[in-house]
Amino acid sequence: MAKARKLVQWEPHNIKEQLLEKYPPKVARKRAQQIMINEARENTTPEIVANVRTIPGIITMRGCTYAGCKGVIMGPASDIVNLVHGPIGCSFYAWLTRRNQTDAKNDTNANYISYCMSTDMQDSDIIFGGEKKLTTAIQEAYNLFHPKAIAIFATCPVGLIGDDIHAVAKKMKEQFGDCNVFAFSCEGYKGVSQSAGHHIANNQVFTHVVGKSETEKTERYKINLLGEYNIGGDGFEIDRILEKCGIKNISTFSGNATYDKFASANQADLSCVMCHRSINYVADMLETKYGIPWIKVNFIGAEATAKSLRKIAQYFGELELVDRVEAVIAEEMPDVLLAQQEVYPRTKGKTAMIFVGGSRAHHYQELFKEMGIKTVSAGYEFGHRDDYEGRHVIPTLKVDADSRNIEEIEVEPDPLLYKPRKSAEELAALEGQGLTFKDYEGLNPNMDKDSLIIDDLNQYEAEKLVELMKPDLFCAGIKEKYSIQKLGVPMKQLHSYDSGGPYAGFKGAINFYLEIDRLVNSRVWSYMKAPWQENPELSATYVWE
Amino acid sequence: MLLRHTPKEITERTALMINPAKTCQPIGAMYAALGIKGCLPHSHGSQGCCAYHRSTLTRHYKEPISAATSSFTEGASVFGGQANLLQAIDNIFTVYEPDVIAVHTTCLSETIGDDLPQIFDKAVKEKKVPEGKTLIGAPTPSYVGSHVTGFSNMVKAMAALAAPGGKKNGKINIIPGWVEPSDMEEIKKIAAMLGVSINMFPDTSGVLNGPLTGEYKMFPDAGANIADIKDSGNSIGTLALGEWCSADAARLLDTKCKVPCSILDMPFGLKATDRFVDALRIVAGTSVPEEIMVERGKLVDMISDMHQYFYGKKVALVGDPDQVIAMTEFLVSIDMCPIHIVTGTPGKRFEERIREITAAMNCKVNVRAKSDMFLLHQWIKNEPVDIIIGNTYCKYIARDEDLPYVRWGFPILDRQGHQHFPTVGYRGGLRLLEQILGVLLDRKDRDDPESKFELVL
Repeated sequence: MAKARKLVQWEPHNIKEQLLEKYPPKVARKRAQQIMINEARENTTPEIVANVRTIPGIITMRGCTYAGCKGVIMGPASDIVNLVHGPIGCSFYAWLTRRNQTDAKNDTNANYISYCMSTDMQDSDIIFGGEKKLTTAIQEAYNLFHPKAIAIFATCPVGLIGDDIHAVAKKMKEQFGDCNVFAFSCEGYKGVSQSAGHHIANNQVFTHVVGKSETEKTERYKINLLGEYNIGGDGFEIDRILEKCGIKNISTFSGNATYDKFASANQADLSCVMCHRSINYVADMLETKYGIPWIKVNFIGAEATAKSLRKIAQYFGELELVDRVEAVIAEEMPDVLLAQQEVYPRTKGKTAMIFVGGSRAHHYQELFKEMGIKTVSAGYEFGHRDDYEGRHVIPTLKVDADSRNIEEIEVEPDPLLYKPRKSAEELAALEGQGLTFKDYEGLNPNMDKDSLIIDDLNQYEAEKLVELMKPDLFCAGIKEKYSIQKLGVPMKQLHSYDSGGPYAGFKGAINFYLEIDRLVNSRVWSYMKAPWQENPELSATYVWE
Repeated sequence: MLLRHTPKEITERTALMINPAKTCQPIGAMYAALGIKGCLPHSHGSQGCCAYHRSTLTRHYKEPISAATSSFTEGASVFGGQANLLQAIDNIFTVYEPDVIAVHTTCLSETIGDDLPQIFDKAVKEKKVPEGKTLIGAPTPSYVGSHVTGFSNMVKAMAALAAPGGKKNGKINIIPGWVEPSDMEEIKKIAAMLGVSINMFPDTSGVLNGPLTGEYKMFPDAGANIADIKDSGNSIGTLALGEWCSADAARLLDTKCKVPCSILDMPFGLKATDRFVDALRIVAGTSVPEEIMVERGKLVDMISDMHQYFYGKKVALVGDPDQVIAMTEFLVSIDMCPIHIVTGTPGKRFEERIREITAAMNCKVNVRAKSDMFLLHQWIKNEPVDIIIGNTYCKYIARDEDLPYVRWGFPILDRQGHQHFPTVGYRGGLRLLEQILGVLLDRKDRDDPESKFELVL
């Protein structure tokens, strides 16, 4: 019975041993370093190995660098033509499959999200080179659409055969004059996961787009929202709240993004980082080049949303904004609490596991806490050590062979546009009041002692964890969904949410409470066994009425 | 409008593909390999390929898709993927314990020239392949063919396991091609009704349309048995369904094992099913039972009952060559007019077949192989149709042009049923007609003025 299962007791070291026991010795040694039993330490967190190679043959949840670059970061931008240089598959699979929404509402707004474009490389292109075909394809895209910008993405064979996509992009940009063309060397074999692709995407957007806007943003309280991808409309809900507070989000990286929004990012007075993993580089570069400080925010969870709004208000430091933020929170919270009280009796005491991201394996614990659900095990698919242990470990991170070949760009203060938004004294004063800049404490301090924190969880371990720890809910991606559900355990996708959303902000929290209540309390989980399986003995004869 | 940038005016493109009607070879190889019992497909390339194929197949079937990858890094891409594949084979047999690993290549491993047979030899020599386990390999560079040819290559690799010279087994090989698990089930039912003993591979029925019972089996108790696949060289003959999907494997069995073959169309619709049943009857030397005659009669009955709603209706059709050829014939056979027909897969023969099938039809037909849905949409803008038939991506065209729409083909990411209810055979034909009628009549009921709105249709 589903109810009885919750009484299962487990001991973390024993679980860890069982996860490792079937592996060949070399694999077991490596995985042992990525499976960590959390400890409650005073000022440090225990070390975990992350952002290392996936083991060949071990069924991983991870995708590739191209997926991180084209799929995650550039995919949500509506008015940039995304042209994939490679065989057809890479562009096909990234076509409309991530549920990032856009509001390019009327037909006068450019919206290329529903188009999948590719050079469809053939064997002759592999042998003789694909630059000519790429050049023609860019020209054909330009002739058809006359976009503001065309982004070129490299796939595996492009790097191998040595097509110079950057040279082609540069040439076409000069030729067009009214269309920015830039390229991403995001071949799938680079790095060890999607993470390298985020970095490559951010570098190129920063180099080729940011700072190029010709319109001046004159609103008050201007921010950038970095690392929010508008999955299921999350960004729409965050923008609704920000607008209500009088805060102007001028550029989201990259949910519902447009070319001009990217280009205006240098005009904000504060950068707010949602997904630390995918975007912290941009936040740093915006600060160095333009003088925009950054803070970590989290709009997943009603309390976390309120806290993030207060941080933004505190930064700008004007009473008018502080009051307005408080008024908005006061107005929004009653509905949230009502929904929370409604589901709480049915969700409290349940357990969850989260294996996604970047940041979501951390952020979503907030929402689960609000429902009385404990996250007993979590980890990232493509996180780095700083996402687990906090940013203080960054100086000690070893740069391995796989990270070394991901381009790092050197940024310096812009001679014209660098303008520190706050003086050193002002920043120090704000820090004195408890507002921390450039800070992220990571996932580990947020989780209970003895919970299992597992990096790059794979299918075998996922199945084993569910079997041993019997959570009430498992969260990962589409590839993991049905093997978990076959075990009779509900599974919620936290990459693209399956369906539904938004789950960010206040209304998103309500949506999430209802969704999780629906999932963990669905009657379907009681249908696994037929009546004759529950009571197989023929102990009585059937009484015909 | 979600496809607001698609102009009516058609300009030739030579380099830019927009909204493809195909994807790449490896996913076809992965799907085929899932039709072998106890088989773990393996993608020899960077891990993103495998992740994308698994995601797409999972979204289409709403079932777990297990497959492993060699997880190439930049180093492997420079020095070759042999070490990765050897390690993968060892890990897979240790951790997941499949009976078979079916490896397909990718653009990455093909470009650097990894040689699968050589790596397999090494794996065997290094004792990484336990006794009784099998390795299969198929070359599927993404820059050649399409998902359809990738499927075909993996099926051919299965046929290559057959060895000549065994005792004749009295069976008929059926190579079903890339059809749904439900279709494979239906093909087996038809053969059973005819009393013909068959050996079918691949067979995804029961693998990709499994039950929810609270138990997860990474290798469901279904799929084509590897021993049976090896025994296919001893069969009486082979019926290969679909030139693109199945012919290569059938011809290999013919040349290598002297098993004669017939290449048939996929049995979608009345006439193609007739030919399939007839061929099966003849090679097996049996007669067609009454129950098949009744099924056939029911399909003919519905065509006649509802002919007024099919007659002269213009259709836009997009999909894979074998499916589209059979479907075109079915549509013509019920007096519909498929006027815009596209496949993304290359093959000159496709356009010829469509021209032959539609020759007697009284309207101009646009047909193109190795083309895309952007062109199909432009054709529709220039000459509107009454209905569009194709995979899930057609919904964007259907919405913009306000067209009745039947989902059919791969992938279907937003509706259910394809994995459970067949569209092959006579019963499958009935289902197709039900779906086509459903959308046409829903449209009529929506658009008819009140005075014309009718209870009985």
